[in-house]
Amino acid sequence: MLIKKPADIPSSEITDKRLYANRRQFILGASAAGAALAAGVAVRELSSPTQAAANEKLTFSKSQFSTSEKQTPFKDITNYNNYYEFGTDKYSPAGEAQRLKTRPWTVKVEGEVKKPKLLDIDAILKLAPLEERIYRLRCVEGWSMVIPWVGFPLSAFINQCEPTSKAKYVELTTLYDPKQMPGQRSGVLDWPYVEGLRMDEAMHPLAILAVGLYGEVLPNQDGAPLRLVVPWKYGFKSVKAIVKARFTEKQPLNTWNLAAPSEYGFYSNVNPQVDHPRWSQAKERRIGEFFKRDTLMFNGYGDQVARLYAGMDLRKNF
Amino acid sequence: MGNKGVILLKVAVFLACLGPLASLLWRYRADDLGANPIEVITRSTGSTTLVFLLLTLSITPLRKLSRQPWLIRFRRMLGLFAFFYGCLHFTTYIWLDQFFDWANMVKDVQKRPFITAGFTGFVLMIPLALTSTAWAVRTMGGRRWQWLHRLIYGSATAGVIHFLWLVKKDISEPLMYAGVLAVLLAYRLAAWGISARRERRVHLPESAS
Repeated sequence: MLIKKPADIPSSEITDKRLYANRRQFILGASAAGAALAAGVAVRELSSPTQAAANEKLTFSKSQFSTSEKQTPFKDITNYNNYYEFGTDKYSPAGEAQRLKTRPWTVKVEGEVKKPKLLDIDAILKLAPLEERIYRLRCVEGWSMVIPWVGFPLSAFINQCEPTSKAKYVELTTLYDPKQMPGQRSGVLDWPYVEGLRMDEAMHPLAILAVGLYGEVLPNQDGAPLRLVVPWKYGFKSVKAIVKARFTEKQPLNTWNLAAPSEYGFYSNVNPQVDHPRWSQAKERRIGEFFKRDTLMFNGYGDQVARLYAGMDLRKNF
Repeated sequence: MGNKGVILLKVAVFLACLGPLASLLWRYRADDLGANPIEVITRSTGSTTLVFLLLTLSITPLRKLSRQPWLIRFRRMLGLFAFFYGCLHFTTYIWLDQFFDWANMVKDVQKRPFITAGFTGFVLMIPLALTSTAWAVRTMGGRRWQWLHRLIYGSATAGVIHFLWLVKKDISEPLMYAGVLAVLLAYRLAAWGISARRERRVHLPESAS
């Protein structure tokens, strides 16, 4: 009743190689298009949620890591967002995030690296060929989605950063700019938002940096221009609008852990056996479905990632 | 206000009280409940319950401060609407959210403080709704009836705590409800204090003489 079937992306719609080669211009155009929201194709009906302008198409290959589960409609992925920089209400980022400028954009690399540097987003986009990764996303609040991201392995980015042998963790930081991110004017969280991964987690092939969604440039409310996606962890680990990567010897702090240490840990692996102190994590509601479904250990990615945590007490390291 | 005016106003208020439900049904029909409709329904029926509890509690202060005795005739209706939306909220939880998973709900009520608080608030409303008739007031006697109906203080407090405990981080909205409730309860404390002192003043001269 409530769900409209998403339009599939036929292969005929995949950008041809010539255009792909000129994608820098394309991406420039994309930000302009994003700004000119009115130029967008579909404002479907008066009561329908915000519909962003159609973003530029991306070229990518399919991945063996993708799930074949039914994908959550684009409308829901782009209108139901936890992105406190644009308000604590899940329905406000779709509108509020449109004021974010995603070009020019740089990512600062610092800490335990050979040499600190500044990477330009367009250079980052060329680090590795883009892949489509259709992943489950499980929010710590008890809902889930299936999202066709477009991105590349985080490991490709990390290799480019040249961390030293001292680097045991990587900390990723969201942009801090209250002018563009009005939510940062409130003290609801400590800004800027930071998240961290252990190096072996970060180098795992399932961890990606996403730059697209449904074959198009990532909408702002979903973390444009560059966001982390770690599908076996609760959604809040997957930091959005990244401007800094810092490599550290010690475990970095992460925003939600700082906000409520007893409720959100550093690891935050999806785990149906370890409840949030205030609610159960055994089940989840897949957006678009009526019945709750069982939450899977490591969000169903246990075969690939369980070994990272061998011998660890996951109740303590929640 | 005359009797006729009150009756007309009562009809208007009754219809207005159905507004939040009508809006939900309308949005459902228009496919406008967003990505997570059950969450929206739960949130909306829950906050409407709180609003009606606070409205009910504001009748007495309003009536006394404005010296408009006819306002009392709206209290029962508002209270029953609080119960009505509370029932909708509770049904949403049992049916849409948990889908009659009784074992899990029993666990929830015991284990999850915010559910325990919400459940308490709801249960406390039941005797009030059951004894809301004029017949009940007559049978129980005004004094006992009034004592029983002070349960609404507990119900509203439990409701606000329920909201405070369930939000992830941004407690600004539940704090608004808490603030209004605090004012309404403070009024009662003050009124009680004043009347207690007045009574003492009546009795004191006798014992002093």
